[in-house]
Amino acid sequence: MGQFQLHPALGRIGASVNFTQANLMMVVAGLLTFGLLWLGMRPRAMVPGRLQSAAEMAYEAVLGMCTETIGPEGRSYFPFVFTLFFFILFGNLLGVFPYFFTFTSHIAVTLALTVFVVGLVTFVAIRIHGWHFFSYFVPQGVPVALMPLLVPIEVLSYLSRLISLSVRLFANMMAGHVMLEVFGAFVIMLGGAGIIFLVPAAFSLAVNVALIGFEILVATLQAYVFAVLTCIYLHDAVHLH
Amino acid sequence: MSDAPGEEEPPSFEERLKSARSRQGLDAPPPSSAGSSGDLGGMSPWGIGLRVGIELVSALVVAVAIGYGLDRLFGTKPILMAVFVLLGGAAGILNVWRLFAPRPTRGPKVRDGGR
Repeated sequence: MGQFQLHPALGRIGASVNFTQANLMMVVAGLLTFGLLWLGMRPRAMVPGRLQSAAEMAYEAVLGMCTETIGPEGRSYFPFVFTLFFFILFGNLLGVFPYFFTFTSHIAVTLALTVFVVGLVTFVAIRIHGWHFFSYFVPQGVPVALMPLLVPIEVLSYLSRLISLSVRLFANMMAGHVMLEVFGAFVIMLGGAGIIFLVPAAFSLAVNVALIGFEILVATLQAYVFAVLTCIYLHDAVHLH
Repeated sequence: MSDAPGEEEPPSFEERLKSARSRQGLDAPPPSSAGSSGDLGGMSPWGIGLRVGIELVSALVVAVAIGYGLDRLFGTKPILMAVFVLLGGAAGILNVWRLFAPRPTRGPKVRDGGR
């Protein structure tokens, strides 16, 4: 699984500060997001061109997601969700290219993102509701005798967001790339094994082509799911129940 | 009125008005039925299965981690972990229930499994 190993990038400078190709890809993803918006919106045309349309559609899609899921208060969280969505989207999509690295296929990266999201959600909830936030863990209409059992379950359910959100993105990205590598190995091994094996080798190649298309779908879908779940958590934090 | 036999009944005035209004964009299109069940609107069966599995396992992972940590903290080696495994399983079921439970309606405070 050499594709998931980290190597220092940018020569000796990168090696001395441990700047790996994952960090490089993160920088590239950030620059691509910035470039899409900056270059796209530079013409400021009334009738947008192609790049400007893309930038405007991206903006409006994420804004719609925020206001629909969170409510009218969602506008204040729009920059965060937008940044998160495009960082993950470009990270996933960059990974589909050969020789590039998928930084979202590392649980360290996705878990860090998730810790940040859950931390922010908790902070927002406490900021808005104060001590009332802790009533989130107390289900209503339940006898008091069951509280010692139900409150820990609610707390665990809240904390399990950390794992479910990060593992979902990580597992989807890693599984897709492992499948690509496995079928790629089939192509080489079967292709070199003899003339009869050329047919299954060609079949593996065809599967790989289909998998690449599937990977693009998964990359977009998982970035969307991550952003939508962030919005749902923010909705809970703002409205509490 | 020319209702020749065999011809279909012409749509009523309300229907024609409604279609004209929706054509002109005056009425919002009817909300799709996708939002009827929790957060999974229009997901594929594979997606739902993966989602449910992750929700189940993640609660258990968090619970086991907390139980193990508390056990090491207090030196009560297997007890708290066993308790937290049960709690984590319950929390996983709760997560799945919330996934499939209908979203509570806006407005009056209804708390029946919506998060």
